[in-house]
Amino acid sequence: MNMPFYVPPEQMMRDRADFAQKGIARGRSLATIECADGIILVAENPSRNLRKISEIYDRIAFAGVGKYNEYDQLRIAGIRAADMRGYTYSRDDVDAQTLANQYAQMMGQVFTHDVKPMEVEILVASVGNAIEDDRLFHIRYDGSVTDEDGFAALGGDADRVREGLSGKDTSEMDFSAALKLAVEALSTDTPLTADQLEVGVLERHVEGRCYRRLENDEITTLLA
Amino acid sequence: MSLPNFPLHDDPGPNFSGLVDSYGLLPDYSTVNTATASDLAAITHGTTVVACTFADGVVIAGDRRATSGNLISHRNMRKVFAADRWSGVAIAGAAGPAVEMIKMFQLQLEHYEKIEGSPLSLEGKANQLSMMVRGNLPAAMQGMVVVPIFAGFDRRRDRGRVWAFDVTGGRYEEMNYVASGSGSLHARTVIKLGHRPDQSREEAIDLVVKALYTAADDDSATGGPDPLRGIYPIVAAITSDGYDEASEEEISTRFASYIETIRTNDSREA
Repeated sequence: MNMPFYVPPEQMMRDRADFAQKGIARGRSLATIECADGIILVAENPSRNLRKISEIYDRIAFAGVGKYNEYDQLRIAGIRAADMRGYTYSRDDVDAQTLANQYAQMMGQVFTHDVKPMEVEILVASVGNAIEDDRLFHIRYDGSVTDEDGFAALGGDADRVREGLSGKDTSEMDFSAALKLAVEALSTDTPLTADQLEVGVLERHVEGRCYRRLENDEITTLLA
Repeated sequence: MSLPNFPLHDDPGPNFSGLVDSYGLLPDYSTVNTATASDLAAITHGTTVVACTFADGVVIAGDRRATSGNLISHRNMRKVFAADRWSGVAIAGAAGPAVEMIKMFQLQLEHYEKIEGSPLSLEGKANQLSMMVRGNLPAAMQGMVVVPIFAGFDRRRDRGRVWAFDVTGGRYEEMNYVASGSGSLHARTVIKLGHRPDQSREEAIDLVVKALYTAADDDSATGGPDPLRGIYPIVAAITSDGYDEASEEEISTRFASYIETIRTNDSREA
């Protein structure tokens, strides 16, 4: 019988983390900002069809970066979990915290037990009635969760984007100002234009389903 | 509860009832014994709902009464619902399964839209509802009949469309108007005589108000306007701007004005 080579657990975790990080670093970045109008999610995404940002539930949105099929699978699982919870209990019982924990468990499980870790980072955003009640849960490939405050940056170039967003007071901004800030943080040499962007918003003062995807012409108007 | 994760061959896709079924939560009426007349009297029933087209879309409306046999069990039951942003559904029949069917239908449309990233076509929504009615057939055979009507604004064709159903899930698109429930015969006749495809929203609302009033006048299971408690039928218009319920104030005014017409005509036997 062949014995597998002994690999120390530290080494194994490090290899897996390196693998996942490399996968994520290849993708483009995404920025999310809490502002007076609600939460805006902005991704650099030249594709109209392979979406990174999506609605999960009444006040909850999802964003993912990295490998498309993997975060899309997570997105669908999240919609299913939220809709099932709303169906069995009530619409008020669906919350971002529970969902973030479920994602963390699943991704942590895959990281330690599956053949390869997921090459994704995801964000679960939930808009409250006041900006203090907004929640941004940033979940990484290994299942670690960060509760971000005010803004979040994900993806290959996250550190640079985070630098562009930090230290700004966004609490009085409308969607237009927040979008401009996000685009400035995401852009490298030339500013990104509407057709290179994917934008979704969670509107604070809307009853029921607060998520809305912005079309190109609306993005252009907000950026003007 | 962990995140739902399905192997590829049993993935329910965008189908919400398939997802609910995978958790074993769909109701099963197949083991219910055949109901007797007295069992059926104990089941709450909702009645008369109507929909008709007008120049910019459709109106959909329903009375508020629910009955159990000869008793009035609820005076302010809601039978008209937004199915999603551009369509509405109204139900007549056994209230329990009917309300559950509406809830499932609304979730089905929302779930599809979220998973797929774009909503179903209006025809697709009507077809989904027809499959749900068909799924209720075993219950219908035990006496728990649910017969909805469906109306919406078709954004691809830029006009309002209405559908009627039967207990077997048969789906029938009508040109101008549909009605369901015990008072539907009276209501449908009123709409048939007064309907014009190019009528305005206000004229369409007046027409369904008259239809529901007439149904309530001649059918004991249909509730009329109830000024004493301030309960009026629900009327919603669906246009390119989406589903919009008329305010209680507007509906009470329309009823008051119709009642005034009857009074001035002194038609005491009408």
